[in-house]
Amino acid sequence: MGVRISLKVNGRAHTSEVEPRLLLVHFLRDTLGLTGTHIGCETSLCGACTVLLDGKAVKACTLLAVQADGADLTTIEGLARDGKLHPVQEGFWEEHGLQCGYCTPGMILAGAALLAGNPDPGEAEIRRAIAGNLCRCTGYQHIVNAIQSAARKMKPGGRKR
Amino acid sequence: MATKTRWVGQRMKRKEDPRLIQGLAHYVDDLAQPGQLYAAFLRSPYAHARLRKIDRSAAERAPGVVAVVVGEDVRGILGMVPTASALPELKVPPHPPLAIEEVNHVGEPVAVVVAEDRYRARDAVDLIEVDYEPLPAVTDPEKALEKNSPRVHAQFKDNQACLWKVEAGFPDKAFAKAAHVVRQRFVNQRLIPVAMEPRGVLASYDAGAEQLTVWSSTQIPHLLRTQIAAMLNVPEMRVRVIAPEVGGGFGSKLNVYGEEALIAHLAMKLGRPVKWIETRRENFLATIHGRDQINDVEAAVAKDGRILALKVRLVADLGAYHQLLTAVIPTLTGLLLLGCYKIPAVKIEYVGVFTNKMATDAYRGAGRPEATFLIERMVDLVAMELAMDPADVRRKNFPRPKDFPYSTPTGVIYDSGSYEATLKKALEQVGYAKLREEQKRLWKQGRYLGIGLSTYVEICAMGPSSAMPAGGWESGTVRIEPTGKLTVLTGASPHGQGQETSFAQVVADELGVSPEDVIVTHGDTQAVPYGIGTFGSRATAVGGTAMYLSLQKLKQKLARMAGHLLKTDPKRIEIGEGKLSVKGNPKKSKTFLEVVQAAYMAKTLPVGFEPGLEATTFFEPSNFTFPFGAHVCVVEVDAETGDVRLRRYVAVDDCGNVINPLLVDGQVHGGIVQSLGQALLEEAVYDENGQLVTGELMDYAIPRAADVPHLETARTVTPSPVNPMGVKGVGEAGTIAATPAIVNAVVDALRPLGVRDIQMPLKRERIWEILQAGKRA
Repeated sequence: MGVRISLKVNGRAHTSEVEPRLLLVHFLRDTLGLTGTHIGCETSLCGACTVLLDGKAVKACTLLAVQADGADLTTIEGLARDGKLHPVQEGFWEEHGLQCGYCTPGMILAGAALLAGNPDPGEAEIRRAIAGNLCRCTGYQHIVNAIQSAARKMKPGGRKR
Repeated sequence: MATKTRWVGQRMKRKEDPRLIQGLAHYVDDLAQPGQLYAAFLRSPYAHARLRKIDRSAAERAPGVVAVVVGEDVRGILGMVPTASALPELKVPPHPPLAIEEVNHVGEPVAVVVAEDRYRARDAVDLIEVDYEPLPAVTDPEKALEKNSPRVHAQFKDNQACLWKVEAGFPDKAFAKAAHVVRQRFVNQRLIPVAMEPRGVLASYDAGAEQLTVWSSTQIPHLLRTQIAAMLNVPEMRVRVIAPEVGGGFGSKLNVYGEEALIAHLAMKLGRPVKWIETRRENFLATIHGRDQINDVEAAVAKDGRILALKVRLVADLGAYHQLLTAVIPTLTGLLLLGCYKIPAVKIEYVGVFTNKMATDAYRGAGRPEATFLIERMVDLVAMELAMDPADVRRKNFPRPKDFPYSTPTGVIYDSGSYEATLKKALEQVGYAKLREEQKRLWKQGRYLGIGLSTYVEICAMGPSSAMPAGGWESGTVRIEPTGKLTVLTGASPHGQGQETSFAQVVADELGVSPEDVIVTHGDTQAVPYGIGTFGSRATAVGGTAMYLSLQKLKQKLARMAGHLLKTDPKRIEIGEGKLSVKGNPKKSKTFLEVVQAAYMAKTLPVGFEPGLEATTFFEPSNFTFPFGAHVCVVEVDAETGDVRLRRYVAVDDCGNVINPLLVDGQVHGGIVQSLGQALLEEAVYDENGQLVTGELMDYAIPRAADVPHLETARTVTPSPVNPMGVKGVGEAGTIAATPAIVNAVVDALRPLGVRDIQMPLKRERIWEILQAGKRA
């Protein structure tokens, strides 16, 4: 027994029949084939599945697809625009903000959501803002550097996208 | 073509990142095969029980279910989960991929459901009914050694899995004449690796081609292929293993798991691809754990602070079964026991114990963090006993640079080192003398500032095959394609380390090409010659050296071809900047591409010259390498709450020559924070019934960004003489060094309260209790 949902993902409209219990992350990965959103714990503790829902960073492993009906979602695949990386993506690349890459999509989206609301965060603010996203490789220092680097680029007068 | 001559040593951005930052990389769960089925496991809720009866009829009738398989179904068909541990009189119980007759730890697989989708597979797991007869369980390794303890494996007379002893120098004599004897018990608690990507397996069988393909999130695709072939009794050439993007390993994927063979078996049996992705809960219960040692240590010390001998009894909780390297990990602790000190005598007794828990095995550092922890803590206790500065005790015991290569009583030969130099640099950077003054001031105000040192050495670049359970060499192929582009094939299959970049930097320098023209391929047994894998900080020093030697072969070949074309002695040919030219006559040259094409077109060849440009090297290292360094941690303990605040963390590491400083920093940072997890937060707790009570991320705290201070790194460079690039390895340095630095700092802070040792993890409540007891006293 499917439920009909309509939502926008990375600017594209989708309408789909889904099982009511289908997790949003499985809808994105299995139904839409957007496998950049990863699953790390299924309990919303690790943040690997972070996506932007109406601009807010949320964990797609503990939302049902039906709860996203009518929403506007951005996943890691939709962050670069017109072939140009988002400054947070650039920051992660330049500052070596990733190693195995598994937490990276969620971490980048958490960083992007932070900078959307706070364009000039200090190191402690960044560390608090990404505390819901676990990384086991980097020790976080280069992730902090990456978000700081993106903040500098996004500032008025900084390098524009 | 080539734009720069020196890529090695540059902070080059990683070649692997564009796919990873855009969600375009493919981990196992991102792959799909047409018609694939999903598997889900039923796992034992008991630590020890007899399987009386399994009723799977309801599960088999459930919608979407294709098969329900139990241990009896694959008995005699699937081989046992293998171990490579070889120790004298090691007890090895049979370890079936699915439990037969008995379960021995919570999380042991009992049945597997294969269904059309993952939801239906999990639904059906709940419909399987198992009649368990609970048996007494034992989870404390010391209790497990007692005579009347329940036995994990009834066929053995006791729970002692192995006993390994080393004695060298004259430890008893040294203790007899020692001015001081310092004793301490350390517990190196059980940890859970928690790679961010859980394990996953996808298998597909092409019956026409008789070809089995297994995608697995593994650090060792070739070894896995050999073992899957053996477990399935399928000829090895019919098995292909692919490690796609791997989301972290830390040793937990340096293994052969029952699920890897079982999923492959199911794909063959059912004639459809089968995928299994581990849940995080399963990852906690059924992927290997790390550490879990009890160390009783005694040090014989001279009046001046020289340590004359060390005695250690090491009890290692191995868990219920052997995984690949379970029993040998504590022997690495034994080899490294004396740390970076010239201690002439040693006595080690290692007792491996079976308990009703998940197996321990290699977790980042694998036996060496345990050794470093106990020796670095002991050195601080010696300083305390003798009222010396901990830095002075260390200096007193360091071998001098002229002592290298330095042979330790434990039987390893440290290749090169300058231990005082890293300590000096670290103390200067942190401002040690000033901190000691500040500490005295703050203590008077009732504030607890602590400074912790850790000077470490580690055994890396694993390793000479004679000292390894299953080969310690590595393969490296370099192929110059006819268009002048380059393909490197490395057996050292990475999972985040960045070999696609660092190896390309080496190629670029050696052949005078751009790193952009180089692709580094790994992880596919059909594409890459047999290799060992990435672990034990070996990828660069062993795998990189194999590639480097192949590059030298190709350079010789290119020079021969260029000499032939330029009618010059090949010895006079120089390679660089995209061309091959005659020394002293740079105008007389051929472009790199011209020489490459001449080797492929083969219209005119030097005598005896084989066409094509491809070289493979299997490099066998003559020794391990021994990176070292000094870490300093500065903490302040909150006198009210017991909270440990890390104020500074300074790491000075020496990993020999550095190919990419950005990647080295990343490795050091990550290692330190995993160490911080052990020191302050992480602890795998089993209750007396064998339930893992820290079985989720909710209950098992791995460090979050806000738990971590700003990390300061610096380096000294002492090249290794073991390999031509002079590299040592850095993948585990942080994990090996940092735990004792942090614990030493907290103990140092609380010295005014008479504190001598605190058991890890140094959780707030534990420190708070110490502070309260201090107040009462």
